[in-house]
Amino acid sequence: MRDAPDLIVVGAGVVGAACAYYAARAGLSVTVIDRGPVSAGATGAGEGNLLVSDKEPGPELKLALLSTGLWRELAELLPPAVEYEPKGGVVIASDEAGMASLRDFAARQSRAGVTAHELPAGRLHELEPHLAPDLAGGFHYPQDAQVMPALAAAHLLRAGGERVRLLLGEEVTGLITGANGEVRGVRTPSGPVRAPCVVNAAGPWGGRFARLAGVELPVLPRRGFVLVTEPLPRVVRHKVYAADYVTDVASGSAALQTSPVVEGTPAGPVLIGSSRERVGFDRSLSAEALRRLAAGATALFPVLAGVRALRAYAGFRPYLPDHLPAIGPDPRAPGLLHACGHEGAGIGLAPATGLIIARCVTGGEPPLDLRPFRPERFERPSSDPL
Amino acid sequence: MPASESDPHAPVDGLGPVRGDGPVDGLGPVRGDGPVDGLGPVCGDGPVDGHGPVYDLAVVGAGCAGLSGAVTAAELGLSVALLDASAQTGGQYYRHPAPALGAVRPEALHHDWSAFAELRRRQEASDITRLTGCHVWAVIREDGDLWAVHAVTGADGDGERPVRVRARALLLATGAYERQLPFPGWTLPGVVGAGGAQAMLKSGLVLPGRRIVVAGSGPLLLAVAASLAAAGARVPAVVEASGYLRYARHPRALAANPQKLAEAAVHGAELLRHGVRVRTRSAVTAVHGRDRVEAVTVSRLDREWRPAQGTGRHIECDALAVGFGLVPQIELAAGLGCAVRRTADGTSALVLDPLQETSVPGVWAAGETGGVGGAQLAREEGEMAGLAVAARLTGRSALVRSGRMRELRRRRARMRAFADVMAAAHAPGVGWTRWLADDTDVCRCEEVTAGRIREGVAGLGARDVRSVKLLTRAGMGWCQGRMCGAAVACLASGAEAPPPSAERRPLAVPVTLSALASLDEPRAGPEPRGR
Ligand SMILES: Cc1cc2nc3c(=O)[nH]c(=O)nc-3n(C[C@H](O)[C@H](O)[C@H](O)COP(=O)(O)OP(=O)(O)OC[C@H]3O[C@@H](n4cnc5c(N)ncnc54)[C@H](O)[C@@H]3O)c2cc1C
Ligand SMILES: Cc1cc2nc3c(=O)[nH]c(=O)nc-3n(C[C@H](O)[C@H](O)[C@H](O)COP(=O)(O)OP(=O)(O)OC[C@H]3O[C@@H](n4cnc5c(N)ncnc54)[C@H](O)[C@@H]3O)c2cc1C
Repeated sequence: MRDAPDLIVVGAGVVGAACAYYAARAGLSVTVIDRGPVSAGATGAGEGNLLVSDKEPGPELKLALLSTGLWRELAELLPPAVEYEPKGGVVIASDEAGMASLRDFAARQSRAGVTAHELPAGRLHELEPHLAPDLAGGFHYPQDAQVMPALAAAHLLRAGGERVRLLLGEEVTGLITGANGEVRGVRTPSGPVRAPCVVNAAGPWGGRFARLAGVELPVLPRRGFVLVTEPLPRVVRHKVYAADYVTDVASGSAALQTSPVVEGTPAGPVLIGSSRERVGFDRSLSAEALRRLAAGATALFPVLAGVRALRAYAGFRPYLPDHLPAIGPDPRAPGLLHACGHEGAGIGLAPATGLIIARCVTGGEPPLDLRPFRPERFERPSSDPL
Repeated sequence: MPASESDPHAPVDGLGPVRGDGPVDGLGPVRGDGPVDGLGPVCGDGPVDGHGPVYDLAVVGAGCAGLSGAVTAAELGLSVALLDASAQTGGQYYRHPAPALGAVRPEALHHDWSAFAELRRRQEASDITRLTGCHVWAVIREDGDLWAVHAVTGADGDGERPVRVRARALLLATGAYERQLPFPGWTLPGVVGAGGAQAMLKSGLVLPGRRIVVAGSGPLLLAVAASLAAAGARVPAVVEASGYLRYARHPRALAANPQKLAEAAVHGAELLRHGVRVRTRSAVTAVHGRDRVEAVTVSRLDREWRPAQGTGRHIECDALAVGFGLVPQIELAAGLGCAVRRTADGTSALVLDPLQETSVPGVWAAGETGGVGGAQLAREEGEMAGLAVAARLTGRSALVRSGRMRELRRRRARMRAFADVMAAAHAPGVGWTRWLADDTDVCRCEEVTAGRIREGVAGLGARDVRSVKLLTRAGMGWCQGRMCGAAVACLASGAEAPPPSAERRPLAVPVTLSALASLDEPRAGPEPRGR
């Protein structure tokens, strides 16, 4: 058997990959374990938007702003295959009321460090020539970017170099603990792997994994459908969405919410996302979700009406009740760290998360205030507003 | 001759990526019996709610299996809607020239034409609502235990319209498509699917070339070669990757299916008459030519289908018809979560109970969707499903305990046993990937080479079809992996046999966004009486 690694990361999605990468860069040896291939979970279903535009000022926006810079650095280092594009986002308001609330939202974001430029109706078509006529206006967010998530995870793992070891096709079935309940490693069907620290990067299954360690973490899956069209020449240049997307993202409701988010990809297909509903891990197709996605996208871009969807797929976002991820050490199980629950923003937030985890393990100073992300925050009675 | 011909769109000679699946006729409604908007008259039979008629049974696929299931159910008093992408009934096997071509005797190309003629006569006499040119993209469960079959008409033109048919029970009889394993040069014009060649012959009465090598594996090859030869082509060789010896190890399954042997003998005699040479344990390992096929290299294979060095033999030809058996077309069922099993030749087929019901109650399947077994088996399974649906919906349980049902079950067991022998005999060996060069395109839609897929597996952490797709783009194009899926699965699993793929393709055919966007407008109601 090889020497025990310094760190075990459970989950080879984009968050686990970022944790492994930053830990390796800090000099740690890391074993990444996944029961499936790389990017088999939420990461393989994600659309790869790296957004600041949809975030309210607050802890998540801070994480997103940090990540935006880190993604820019990573893009220099990772191969072009990860399809990083600093293309910017355009948020659209269909009427004056919508425009007024967008303006207010953008003003608050600007004070928190976001760059946002107002687009009067007359300028919308300079940025997006195929947008419908008669829209009230919008905002341009140049910091928004895009990446191909599955490849980004694979190349992050690779960029970790010799220090990162991949164990694929191995399910973690239990934790090894010491006399005082401290975590000492994990069990897999083909034997134990020992390490002083274990990171829960199990995405939507992060709650299940936490239970293996005897702690509660209420991660729930929030289903999303995405429509993928036939390859097109560049019709959509930015990441374009309607203003109501922001309210959907922030909503805690289990019911179906859909707002059109439309974007082109370097390979040609246009992606249309993304519905949000909490229905457990149920993949069955919802005609209503598809209808709303298609209706929303064609309302923004009428030229898409005659374009074919080749594929529709469902994915599951790892969701925590207060819409914030759990990041950092778990005081209830020494040696266990969490890096999960990023909901619809895990691709964007992965680098900051990885950097934080690496700092926590090496005893360094975290790059931002970790209190809002404390994994044990749900222990309190639910009447206590969080 | 128990294999079937497959997707006529499969290897398309120089046409590039495949669009969707199933025959695309683009003819739309035929003589008023096609799909129509659901505003008008309600269906004569079957209850109607606020959203239009509700049928007892919706059948997807009007091949042997679907047609026979629809006819059986209708004759037992059920209201039935029968949907097919094609303008004609008959599916893959009874493919016949469009009337406009004026073929005098389409039956000359078919065995067993009379069985089909009889089914068609019964269908015409019934009040089955026939919906032609309907490309079904999904089936979705609705409130009140109804199934909504969502389709678009004329999926190749502007006239695309959504159609929704609702029913209390569902019969999925969508057949199979041809499996392709790539080799250097397979994208050259002049390389066509073996089933596709047969389909061209049957429906258009044209030959893909004058000197045609037939290659691949499976019983279909002999049938294809025989009919190409009979239609006037020279067939310099039939190249079969397996041996036929493995059949001999199952004398009982063979003896119980004398009709199959007779069919094989007919093809064999036809080939002999035309002087066609059959080379077993061999494969086409390269195609040569500048702008189209000029010759092929045929190499000997070992038991695992590894090509033996230095055995290459050059054969001149102007076309190559190739296929490696059939893959059940089960997307619609998989989208509903129906359980799948692995077949003896490494494809995935639906798990069915003794009365043809899938693991999802209310959803039945028949024919190739439950495992490739031939036209006769498909027909009889269709009948069983029709009986079972009628028994369930009308409470007449005697229908499934009848002597007829017992006889059908006996025959199904016999034919399935034979099909299993055949599938095992032609299961691709794990060594075939050796004939792929690193620069051979495996996914033709996205132009992903074998080398890039190997790199995705060795260097990026891909382990199965989905992760190869995500990490290399293989299977992300027009055909959504129908063409390269089998090959990718083998490359991803290395030396091991690939596991059955539970991959879902929630859209069975491409659909325009405008069709999706107008989904809520009820459009169900076809004319009351089909034909
Ligand atoms: C439709 C959709 C669109 C989205 N769009 C975006 C977007 O545009 N931008 C964005 O930033 N985010 C987006 N997201 C969200 C994003 O995909 C997720 O937040 C992110 O991928 C989470 O990554 P992860 O690594 O935490 O989880 P995952 O990618 O799910 O990785 C977890 C891994 O853990 C493994 N695992 C779990 N349990 C075990 C165990 N016991 N043993 C071994 N392995 C285990 C799983 O196999 C899995 O591979 C979207 C999500 C969906 C569903
Ligand atoms: C050359 C050749 C010779 C053969 N010889 C014999 C023989 O001698 N004896 C024998 O027993 N068998 C033979 N077969 C096999 C026979 O063709 C098949 O077994 C038979 O066609 C299977 O019937 P099926 O109803 O399951 O499927 P199919 O006949 O394939 O019918 C499926 C139907 O479903 C439709 N469909 C599929 N998907 C969709 C969708 N999404 N929306 C709408 N419609 C859809 C298709 O358009 C098609 O019409 C032969 C095949 C070939 C090619």
